[in-house]
Amino acid sequence: MTDTAIEIREFLTVALRRPVEPDEDYFALGLADSLFALELVVFVEERFGIRIEVEDLELDNFRTAERIAALVAGKHGGPAAGDETGAGRAARG
Amino acid sequence: MPPAASGARPAGPDAPRPAGAPGLPAAVPDVPAAVPDVSVVDAAADLAAAVREDAGRWDERGALPDEAVRAVAAAGLLAPDLPARHGGAGATPVQLGEAVAHLGGVCGALRALLTVQGMTAAALLRWGSAAQRERWLPALASGERLAGFAATEREAGSALAEVGTRIEDDGEQLVVTGAKRWVTFGQSADLLLVLGRTAAGPTAVLVEGDRAGIGREPVAGQLGLRAARIAHLTFDRVRVPRENLVAPAGAGLTHTAAVALDHGRFTVAWGCVGMAEACLADAVEHAVRRVQGGVPLAEHQLVRSLLARSAVDAAAARALAERAAQARAGSPLGAVTETVAAKYAAAGAAKAVADRAVQVLGSAGCEPGGRPGRFYRDAKVMEIIEGSPQLAELHLADRLLRRAVRR
Repeated sequence: MTDTAIEIREFLTVALRRPVEPDEDYFALGLADSLFALELVVFVEERFGIRIEVEDLELDNFRTAERIAALVAGKHGGPAAGDETGAGRAARG
Repeated sequence: MPPAASGARPAGPDAPRPAGAPGLPAAVPDVPAAVPDVSVVDAAADLAAAVREDAGRWDERGALPDEAVRAVAAAGLLAPDLPARHGGAGATPVQLGEAVAHLGGVCGALRALLTVQGMTAAALLRWGSAAQRERWLPALASGERLAGFAATEREAGSALAEVGTRIEDDGEQLVVTGAKRWVTFGQSADLLLVLGRTAAGPTAVLVEGDRAGIGREPVAGQLGLRAARIAHLTFDRVRVPRENLVAPAGAGLTHTAAVALDHGRFTVAWGCVGMAEACLADAVEHAVRRVQGGVPLAEHQLVRSLLARSAVDAAAARALAERAAQARAGSPLGAVTETVAAKYAAAGAAKAVADRAVQVLGSAGCEPGGRPGRFYRDAKVMEIIEGSPQLAELHLADRLLRRAVRR
């Protein structure tokens, strides 16, 4: 498991208050609500300095910690992130 | 209604004017990082002062007049937090909040207009395609298009993922079929953000108001927000181009709705701050002026108790709304929990302070067209919309429990 996947798994485990395996489909478990979905996007953007585009919103990209890590890895190979929509800003504090 | 003020106020180092109430004695010094832009906040203050005497009549007649809508647009208040390149004023969350508090303190329908426009603009800013942003955001900021957020259905209220409205692809276009309820400004909105489901899952689609097949049933006589042109809408095989789809099916609905509702909770919270401060001001004024049995009401200790409790409620609501604004300034979408807390507290404060204001005013508080009585009704609606207190409590408790696990 990559460092990215480990961090994402840690976030999911705390947010969902239950251990989440790297390849576990936590959406299918019914553990996520809409505010959690938004929180997850903000966490990934701010922690890894990327911007989640609307095209990335395919559920498959977010289904498991490993899939999210793969999305992040793909973004890090791509163009720089951040614009006036406030996405991709560095984490506060 | 008088024309909207130009906003040409003499520039000066003045601190932002609070939304109008005595409140607690200068409790919180202005935070340097969060001084509102005079133009947006003062434009709202001027407009609020200009329409203050009209709002009761609008409520009685059940509709915000077109000239009031135009005045809000002319004052640049429809989506002032949009970046300048999309036609907005780039207002910070604090500026937006202060502006909404001014309008919310005189008229719930004016506040509702800003709320729905802001929700739709926020959702498109975050999840709209580049083409959608270019096309629709300037139109929303200028008022060329008025937004409606068509989410609620008979079987889908707080559980929006259960919407039954269908978005089907007929090979050339999208076909929207369903029935939506309680659409704020649904009587006249000409850009509807509709939550529905495609064969691949739930998402959101933009439907222009002039598309064939849209039915609008005005709602009248509801508990509150009577001038907010609320309507139940039907979509009978309404055809829109494929490019009107806002986000991919599956995550599209949750993410679009979450951004819209997060923004809505923020402006509802600040509107409630304005309502609480206005009701407190009305109660204080009446308590000082009204003489019974030879003494002003304000000489009665029990009346003073009502005023003191209201002052604390209003100040607490403002403090939490400011906290949410400052959190949003650092991370626009990363302040969901602070915003939930602000909306929860401010709606509760608006309800409690309006209730006590009507109590202090007595029969005068029950008069038709009066502000405290109108806000007493509106405040209950504010408590329900954009997430009920029960949902807020579940959310807030869940975050507390996470923190406990983390330690």
